[in-house]
Amino acid sequence: MAVNPDLAGRTYPPTPPFRVEREKVREFADAVFSTSALSRDVVAARAAGYADLVAPPTFPIVIQQRTWDQLIGDPEAGIELSRVLHGDQRFHVTRPIVAGDELVATLTVASVRMMAGNAMVTAETVITDGDGAHVVTATSVLMVGSGE
Amino acid sequence: MSDLQLGQIVAERDIHLTREALERYAQASGDLNPIHLRDDIAQQMGLPGVIAHGMLTMGLAVQPVVDWLGGDPRTILDYQVRFTRMVPVDATDGVDVHVEAKVGAVDDPLGTRIDLTVSVGGATVLGKAQVRVAP
Repeated sequence: MAVNPDLAGRTYPPTPPFRVEREKVREFADAVFSTSALSRDVVAARAAGYADLVAPPTFPIVIQQRTWDQLIGDPEAGIELSRVLHGDQRFHVTRPIVAGDELVATLTVASVRMMAGNAMVTAETVITDGDGAHVVTATSVLMVGSGE
Repeated sequence: MSDLQLGQIVAERDIHLTREALERYAQASGDLNPIHLRDDIAQQMGLPGVIAHGMLTMGLAVQPVVDWLGGDPRTILDYQVRFTRMVPVDATDGVDVHVEAKVGAVDDPLGTRIDLTVSVGGATVLGKAQVRVAP
């Protein structure tokens, strides 16, 4: 299976809304060794001006992964999960995610570069809130081996 | 922010990663790829054994910066890394990850740039690990 070079420019349908639960924020904060009270204590988060618990900076990956599933699950994409290596990751942030957010993610394949049989796929996932406002753009470079 | 000096270390932290930490991250993130959980599968993929999720390394590496910002990530505008070296996690001993955050650029129109050096046993595991913080 080879990566389809015509993937570049393809946009997948927006994911169903993902509701960010407090418990999920706390779990993720523990898992990334956060020490911030704003991810655990609603009173502290509100005192800092947030509506609810504040997710750590890399939390958007939880939502972004749903869009990777769309890409890797697309038979026309030609991306086999076992040959994917995560090369680069970037989060371009408008605001931190907070508990209670209802987030929708839309993935666009920004580019596909073929290099010696391998492919470098840049996938850009735009995450917006219930009002349609931008929250964060998560961009990944996935290195896909040819397996040959 | 205004009195920061180029090269100044603003935060530093050592984090001990264990297999339990990988399981906890797998559950919390939903990334259940078995190369982070099972030696036999990692070895089938040509790895020495279980490796840490790259996103776990990225996730923990920014925490000293969040702490430096008083626990509030509001001013973090951008965070990027390149995954340059895998982080094997020994079943018994785990692994120690060292994070150093220093000022990489000041007076930038995009804000202060904090450069992260993330290393295991003296070898860096992330490249171009940069955090932009609003002025």
